Amino acid sequence: MDVEFNKDQQLFADTLQRYLAQHYSFEHRRGILRSPEGWSRQIWTGLADLGLLGLEIPEEDGGMGGRPVEILMTMTAFGRSLLVEPFLASAILATRLVRDLGSLEQRRALLPALASGERIVVPAHGEAGARYDLNSVATSATLVDGAYRLSGKKAVVLHAPAADHLLVSARTGGVPNDSADVSLFLVDPRAPGVSLIAYPTLDGARAADVTLRDVRVSVDDRLGPEGGAGPALASAWNVGVAALCAEAVGALEATLAATVDYAKTRKQFGVPIGTFQALQHRMADMLIHVEQARSMSYLAAIRARAPDPDVCASSVSAAKVVVGRACRRVAQEAVQIHGGMGMTDELAISHYFRRLTAIELSLGDTDHHLERFVVTSRRRMGSGEETRSPPAPASIRRHPDL
Amino acid sequence: MNLDFTPAEEAFREEVRAFVRSRVPPATRTKMLDGRHVSPRDLVEWQQSLHRQGWGAPSWPQEYGGTGWSPVLQYLFEEECAVGGAPVQLPFGLKMVAPVIMTFGTTAQKQRFLPRIISGQDWWCQGYSEPGAGSDLASLKTRAEKQGDHFVVNGQKTWITLAQYADWIFCLVRTDPAAKPQAGISFLLIDMKSPGVTVRPIITMDGRHEVNEVWFDDVRVPIENLVGEENRGWTYAKFLLGHERTNIAGVGGSKRELARLKRIATLERKNGAPLIDDPCFAAKVAEVEIELMALAITTLRMLAAEARANIGAEASLLKIKGSEIQQSLAELLMQAVGPYALPLQLDAFERGDAEAITGPAYAPPLGAHHCKTRKTSIYGGSNEIQRSIVARTLLGM
Repeated sequence: MDVEFNKDQQLFADTLQRYLAQHYSFEHRRGILRSPEGWSRQIWTGLADLGLLGLEIPEEDGGMGGRPVEILMTMTAFGRSLLVEPFLASAILATRLVRDLGSLEQRRALLPALASGERIVVPAHGEAGARYDLNSVATSATLVDGAYRLSGKKAVVLHAPAADHLLVSARTGGVPNDSADVSLFLVDPRAPGVSLIAYPTLDGARAADVTLRDVRVSVDDRLGPEGGAGPALASAWNVGVAALCAEAVGALEATLAATVDYAKTRKQFGVPIGTFQALQHRMADMLIHVEQARSMSYLAAIRARAPDPDVCASSVSAAKVVVGRACRRVAQEAVQIHGGMGMTDELAISHYFRRLTAIELSLGDTDHHLERFVVTSRRRMGSGEETRSPPAPASIRRHPDL
Repeated sequence: MNLDFTPAEEAFREEVRAFVRSRVPPATRTKMLDGRHVSPRDLVEWQQSLHRQGWGAPSWPQEYGGTGWSPVLQYLFEEECAVGGAPVQLPFGLKMVAPVIMTFGTTAQKQRFLPRIISGQDWWCQGYSEPGAGSDLASLKTRAEKQGDHFVVNGQKTWITLAQYADWIFCLVRTDPAAKPQAGISFLLIDMKSPGVTVRPIITMDGRHEVNEVWFDDVRVPIENLVGEENRGWTYAKFLLGHERTNIAGVGGSKRELARLKRIATLERKNGAPLIDDPCFAAKVAEVEIELMALAITTLRMLAAEARANIGAEASLLKIKGSEIQQSLAELLMQAVGPYALPLQLDAFERGDAEAITGPAYAPPLGAHHCKTRKTSIYGGSNEIQRSIVARTLLGM
C-alpha cells in the first residue's frame, strides 16, 4: 500500500504545472474561449511536445504506455487550469478505442498522428434519449455493395467541431440497449451525408449534434470486428470516468483555494468574512469533500484498468459518486461565499462552477453511478469476491412472521 | 502509488485474522457482531491475550514493549480486529495517557505505569470535561493546590467513560488560577482509590451506564504524579488530542457495522422482497458504503502525510467524516427493522432469549444503538470544534 507519488511522478507534475502556469493563465484561457474555434492549436501542440497526447498509447506504438498515475496527475493539473482542449475526448477516449480495437494498419495510421497532435479524433456515441446508457445505440450501419451506410443522429458530441475524425458507434444488428452488435467507424466529418450543428457548452467547450444520412464508410474504416465494440467502449468509458474524476479534483482544489483567499481578503463589518464561523465551517466541509474526492480519484485511476469488469465498474462508479457530490457542493458553496462576485463571468470562480457542474453531468451523473455501484457490487458480493464479511452470528435469524 | 496491500502486508493481515478467529472467545465475538453489551472482563481478557502475543500496544514503540508497527500495519490490525468481532482496546491508557507519559513523563513514571497499561492490569479513564468546561476545555475549574509534597484536588469532572471500573484517572487541573486559562493547567495522574474520589453514574438515553461524574473532595495526590512541568498541562493535552490517528476515523468498526446492516437488510422484507433490493434503501446503503471506501483511503493518505510530519487538520477531518458515517450506519440499522426498533427489550436481547423478543432477534438494540451513536459527533471535541480547527488550519486565522 502506497498512497503517495514517487519522485519521477512529482517531477512530471511540476513540469506540467510550470507549462500551464506559463501558457494557460486565466486570461490566456479567456482569449481561447473567445476565439472562433474555442480551442488552441498552439496549446495542443504544446501538450504533444510534453508527450501528454501519447500517455494512453503503448510504448511499441510510440507512446508512453498508458500510465495511470501520470494520467491522473495530468488531468488534475488540467482541472486546475480549466483546460478546454479536447484531451479527454481525443487523447484518452478515442486513443484507447483505436488502441484496443484498431488493426495493425489502423494503429499505424492513427496513433502516431494522435500522439503528435496532428489529428484529433473524438467519439460520437451518445444519442437523444440514451442518457448515460452506453448500449443505447440506434444509429445503424448497413453493408451495401461492400461498404457500410451509416444513418442516425449523435447528440452532444463534445469537441466534434475540432475533430479531424469522428469515431461513430452504430448498430449492425440487434436491438437498441443490446451491448452486442455495436461497431465503431472512423468517419470524416466532412464526408457527404454528415452534418454538424455546433454550439458552445455550459463550461466553455464546443460540441455538436451530428446527423448521418446514408454516409458511406469503407469496411477498412470499421474498428475491430463487426458488432464487437461493446467491451472496448465500456473499458474506455471507465478510464474516461477515472480521468474525469482526477480533473474534478484539480478544479475542486482550485475552487476551494480561491474561496479561502477571497474569505481572507474580503471585508464586511470591518473584518474579513473568513472570521465568521458560519463561513469557516462551510469551508471545512468543502475541504473534506475535496479530500474524499481525491482519495477516490486515486482508486478510480488504478481500478479503471482492473481486469475484473465488476471490480473496475464498482470502483469507478463509487469514485464518480463521491466526486459528483463534491463537485456540486464545493461549487455551490464557493459561489455562495463569493457572494455577488461569484455570479460574475469576470471571476474564475464562476468558470469553475460551470466546469464542476458539467463534470457532474458527464459520462454518467451521480445517480447513474450510484445505481451502477449497487448493481456491480451486488454481483461481486454474490460471487463471493466482495471484501469478506464476517460470518452471521447464530442469533441473527429470519423474521418470525416470515 | 499502489492501492493494493503488499504481499507482506497481506500476510500480516492473514496472521491477525487467524489470531482474532482463534483467540476471541466465541461468546465475545457474538456480542460484538450483534451489538450486545461487552463486559469489562471481556475487554481485559482480550487485552491480556494480545499482551501474551506481544501485540498489547500496537501503537507503542518497541522500547516500551510496543510492536513498533508502521501506521499501515496498525491500521490493518485495527481493521481486522474490528471486522472479526474482537472487543476494542480501550484507548484511555494505551493511546491517551501512555504517549504523554512516554514523551513528557519521568523514568519512574514510565516504569511504574506503562507495563501495567500494556498488561491490562490498570484501567485508565480520562478526566478532562467539567460541567462548565466542554468545548471550551481551557475554562476548567478543578483546583490542585500544592501543599508540601502533595497536590490537594477539589472539583468535579464529567462524561468520564467507564470510570466505574477505573484504577486511575488522568486529569487536567488548574494549578495557577491567576494565569491565563491555558497557562495555569497541569496534567495529574490520580489513583481512583484515593480518599475523596466519588464516582456517580450518568444514565444516557440508550439506557446504559457508560459515563460518570467524578468528584474530588480534598483528594491528596503525591507530587510525583505530576506529568511534565507544572502549568504546562495544556500543551500535553493538545499533544494527546492530535496523537491518536490510525483509528480516529473508526473505519474497521464501520466496516463491521456495514456488514451487519447488509445482513439484516437481506433478512428484512419490503413489498415481498428483501429490503436490500429496495432501490431507495439500497441507494442509502450504497452512499454510506462509498463514503467509507473513500474514508479508508483518506485515512491511509493522512497517515502517510503524518509520517512526513505534515500535520495539519488531518485528525479533525477524519473525526468529522468517521463520526458522520458511524451515525449514518446506526440510523440505517434502525430504519432497516422499521417499527421493531421501538420495543425496548434489551434484557431479553442480552440474555439471548429469542422467544421473549417480539420482533426479529437482532432488532431490540437498534433503537438504543442509534441513540447512543449520536455521541460520536459530540465527544472528543465536537464536530463544530473540529470544523473550526480545520478552518483555522486552512485559513490561517
